[in-house]
Amino acid sequence: MIYLTLAIEFFKIGLFSIGGGMATLPFLMDLTTKYDWYTASELANMVAISESTPGPVGINMATYAGYNAAGVPGAIVATLSLTAPALIIIVIIAKFLENFSENPTVKAVFYGIRPTVAALIGYAVWELLKIALISTVGETVHIDYTSVFICLGAFLLLQVKQLNKLHPLVWIAAGAVIGIVFQM
Amino acid sequence: MNVKKLGELYVSFFKIGGLTFGGGLAMLPMLQREVVTDRKWCTEEEILDMYAIGQCTPGIIAVNTATYVGYKQAGFIGGVSATLGVVSPSIVIICLVASILQNFIHTPTVVHALAGIRVVVCALMMNTVFTMAKKGIADKLGGALFVGGFILACFTPVPTAMIIVLAGIIGVCAKKFGGRKNA
Repeated sequence: MIYLTLAIEFFKIGLFSIGGGMATLPFLMDLTTKYDWYTASELANMVAISESTPGPVGINMATYAGYNAAGVPGAIVATLSLTAPALIIIVIIAKFLENFSENPTVKAVFYGIRPTVAALIGYAVWELLKIALISTVGETVHIDYTSVFICLGAFLLLQVKQLNKLHPLVWIAAGAVIGIVFQM
Repeated sequence: MNVKKLGELYVSFFKIGGLTFGGGLAMLPMLQREVVTDRKWCTEEEILDMYAIGQCTPGIIAVNTATYVGYKQAGFIGGVSATLGVVSPSIVIICLVASILQNFIHTPTVVHALAGIRVVVCALMMNTVFTMAKKGIADKLGGALFVGGFILACFTPVPTAMIIVLAGIIGVCAKKFGGRKNA
């Protein structure tokens, strides 16, 4: 029963992805090895489309993953399951806890979790990099130097303050043009 | 039950979901106008507090904020109504885009464009990790957690959720037994 599996997996993602939409990425990457809903390379497309369409990125990615797994009903199941844990937790916090974010224990937990979430997204990016920059033909591993150059160049440009402020959509559109021009 | 209020919550958060790109902080200006200025459902301070809570609770920040505002206005059903509002545009738009893209996914131009986009997405994500690491790593232990977390995720079969739980426990232990001032 694919809907039940989707519901369980995305409830779990909703429960453990802390710190915003991109925190779901390592979990979505894990799903590529567990199920045949989408490949890691399709996940890269999903990230791009989720960043360039309206709506929260985390929700867009869950909807997309659910759609790939089981069409429109899958999209609805995945998205609602993702939001369910937050709904329950926020209602409890709103009802019982004053100054939740000032609580010393909560602060201590997040002191540990914050660098770790960055590391986990780093892992997902590592997997995406392997797909985008390396191609394997049979036994030989081939590094695509054009892609490496473009990726590093874009990363360095992103460190320029004015360019960093540009909407991701602009970067993604530039990526599409570069891909077509260089026949990547 | 105040059906009109539930409808208003749904419509307001539908607008917020449908008109903001990126979620999280990108949503803040739209949220302020709709919820604080127009509807007067909560104050500026409450919204900022909610963002602080949203960042340290599970889930998507946009959903957490919607749930909170909805709950304050009309109880649990209000929370559900606002949350459904904020996710509805995503479901419609993504399903449309995904179904359209399926027809063109093997066209050479689309294949090249997607290959270029993948590379740029990698750069954008590297930048996200870089920014998050700069903000999230407060001291040596933070650095160790970052490196440790990355190694565990990349090279061991330890489940991702387990790594997060472990990190939370280490944070609490460091504070209880290490007397760290940043914790």
